[in-house]
Amino acid sequence: MKEFQIFPEQSSAHAAQVDALFFFILAVSAFFSILIAGTLVYFSIKYRRKSPGEFAVITDSPVWVEVVWTLIPLALAMVMFAWGSRLYFSAYRPPSDAMDIQVIGKQWMWQMQHPQGRREINELHVPLGRSIRLVMISQDVIHDFYIPTFRIKQDVLPGRYTYEWFQSSRLGEFHLFCAQYCGTQHAMMTGRVIVMEPAQYDAWLSGSGSEETMAQSGERLYRQFGCNACHGVKAPTLAGLFGSRVQFASGDSGIADESYLREHILTPSVRTVAGYPSIMPTYKGQMTEDQLAQIVAYIKSLRSYKTDREQKP
Amino acid sequence: MSTLAPAPEAEKRHGPNRNYLNAGYTVRSWLLSTDHKRVAILYLVAVTLFFFVGGAAAVLFRIHLLTPGGLLVQPETYNKLFTAHGLVMVFFFLIPSIPAVLGNFLVPLMIGAKDMAFPRLNLASWYIFMAGGTLMIFATVFGGVDTGWTFYTPYSSMFSNSNVMLAALGVFVAGFSSILTGLNFVVTIHKMRAPGLTWFRLPLFIWAIYATGIIMLLGTPVLTMALALVGIERILRIGIFDPALGGDPLLFQHLFWFYSHPAVYIMVLPSMGVVTEIVACFCRKRIFGYGFIAVSSLAIASVGFLVWGHHMFVSGQSMYGGMVFSFLSFLVAIPSAIKVFNWTATLHRGSVSLRTPMLYALGFIGLFTMGGCTGLMLAAMGVDIHVTGTYFVVAHFHYIMVGGAVMGYLGGIHFWWPKMTGRLYSERWSVLSAILIFIGFNLTFFPQFVLGYLGMPRRYYAYPEQFQVLNVLSSAGASILGGGYLLPFSYLLWSLKYGPRAGRNPWPATGLEWKTQSPPETENFVVTPVVDEEAYAYHLLKESELGTA
Repeated sequence: MKEFQIFPEQSSAHAAQVDALFFFILAVSAFFSILIAGTLVYFSIKYRRKSPGEFAVITDSPVWVEVVWTLIPLALAMVMFAWGSRLYFSAYRPPSDAMDIQVIGKQWMWQMQHPQGRREINELHVPLGRSIRLVMISQDVIHDFYIPTFRIKQDVLPGRYTYEWFQSSRLGEFHLFCAQYCGTQHAMMTGRVIVMEPAQYDAWLSGSGSEETMAQSGERLYRQFGCNACHGVKAPTLAGLFGSRVQFASGDSGIADESYLREHILTPSVRTVAGYPSIMPTYKGQMTEDQLAQIVAYIKSLRSYKTDREQKP
Repeated sequence: MSTLAPAPEAEKRHGPNRNYLNAGYTVRSWLLSTDHKRVAILYLVAVTLFFFVGGAAAVLFRIHLLTPGGLLVQPETYNKLFTAHGLVMVFFFLIPSIPAVLGNFLVPLMIGAKDMAFPRLNLASWYIFMAGGTLMIFATVFGGVDTGWTFYTPYSSMFSNSNVMLAALGVFVAGFSSILTGLNFVVTIHKMRAPGLTWFRLPLFIWAIYATGIIMLLGTPVLTMALALVGIERILRIGIFDPALGGDPLLFQHLFWFYSHPAVYIMVLPSMGVVTEIVACFCRKRIFGYGFIAVSSLAIASVGFLVWGHHMFVSGQSMYGGMVFSFLSFLVAIPSAIKVFNWTATLHRGSVSLRTPMLYALGFIGLFTMGGCTGLMLAAMGVDIHVTGTYFVVAHFHYIMVGGAVMGYLGGIHFWWPKMTGRLYSERWSVLSAILIFIGFNLTFFPQFVLGYLGMPRRYYAYPEQFQVLNVLSSAGASILGGGYLLPFSYLLWSLKYGPRAGRNPWPATGLEWKTQSPPETENFVVTPVVDEEAYAYHLLKESELGTA
């Protein structure tokens, strides 16, 4: 992470795939650039003006030439497009067994919380080989969570969660940068990603003393804010809600993901569940992003109780 | 190319030296002139000034970046410097440079008209531009702006404590100048072409300016509205972009890039037009694939409006939306490639002369090709995730906007300088400066590709030590580049007084602008020319005209 380099190391399988596409485009680019530069130089010398009164040879410009140099680049571009899109989807589609880590960005620091409850600032400890999904939100302006050696990057927005994921393939410490300009100390919104042996990671997790897991903190907050007074009684039960399709009063429907749960806690009147009166009060201004993330983690932890009964209103 | 009243007759009537430059010497005669050529000179003076203001900011932050911790200024100041550099260079140099300077000067001359369709509106555009520029300079000098030229919300609307409103107002005002200039070009090219000058007899520079005018007309209002909305949120706290007020932060990015991506084509299309003219002239040959180059300008202008989302692949926009934008971005690369191939093919069996404008044109083709190829890497979404927001993007758009647009602009200035001023400059100095600029440019920006792929984010006032070597290289290149830019400023000014007289057609070139005297008289043409040939009829040049080159 310290010494001078010309090319970044790869610390995930995805990084190697990104570099493969990069080198493909680089090779095509180099071929055409050298072809054009070489032709220009060659023609400039071969056809240089020998006398001031010289005329050029009149040549025609046949259409087939144009067709050829339109179609060949087009075909190559379509290969790049398809390859790039495939990588893009795999970069943003985490495997279902990925472990969620909560990331909150604020001017000018990164705050992470692991599901087991341990928090850290500007550092992200992860176990080697485990798929990690980052659930990210900003408390103020737009930030961007960028880990060059994983070749992944995602803007971190205020107001809704965004996600990125990676699976590390080597131990070590890697740069973490904010890659979206966010104000005066943007350049200081950096940190380290530390990839550890899974056993070490487990030891590290328990190193901070007895903490609640994120879901346990969420459950405590759930009672503290009185959510249990209605949910399961006169409001829909939250068990099994996460990840299910919800029918809204407006007639639309949507998947109950993290962003939906968060939005519903803050602005319950916007996408009210069909069949229920819109009586839930807003918790806007009463919960921090931290607390919201914990309550969402709690609601997510309830998905294992999902049964038929809970799908009914 | 055309039948004209014999010039000596005109000279007899008016005296040999009557031209647009000596038509009046008072300040008033310049500031109230509606002559498109004088308005062009007003723009030339203004954009040169802005270029050196924007350049000074770049010099400061390149010095600052010599050391990992930052050498020169406080973080606030650094942020204000790169913002000032971006705002001034984009809105007050690159966008007006070729259209407002060369376009204003050349469009009526090239199509055989006496002036633009709306001469007074043309002068008004300059005043509006200067008003915007004054606001911008004022905002920059008194307090500064720290949002970056992109004004991303909610930072610009709710968080920044700098002169956001004043700077946005400057861009807002200058936008109207751009709209009016674009309108003037479109109407002039439609309505004022000389008899016989059909669309497919037009010089390709006119096609390029026409496409540019359309982008200016259709794109600029969207930026103007987006900035107005930032103002509404910032001043009235009405939630448009900030989620805390119920807004959507990505909405701003959509509106901003809807203009600001096509804005890149406002910079580079006219530059392509210039390069086309130069390549034809210095190969003394009709351009290869005239129709394909003409239509590719329109293709770039129209498809260019539909690719803005490629700035937002990691922003959180829809992934399928991203795919459409990626597809269209690859598509818009094709007409640019077609142009490059056609220019190259034009050299085949030509009579190639490497005078200064041709050096700039060849430099343009090389650098633009590199800018375009790295654009392919950015359009490929999987790679873009890694390199967007880093120095890779910075290097890419400087290859397009400086390696492309500025090389084209300087090539154009050198090509038409004898026409604009009636004087020739020193070939030796101008060749030296072209070479210095080419070397300095590559040394400045090539290391930034490497830096970006290594992961160094842009807009960092400090950086990890491992990036220092490449940053020092880049700063060293910038000092050569800066010197290269100062040279033309000096020898072109020198030529105004001491340069040899140019004559009507020094290169020699085809095109109506070369049929009139240098500098042209106020009315451009004594008798309206009638055109009966295609553009670039170099084989019809007379032996007597070729003698000088």
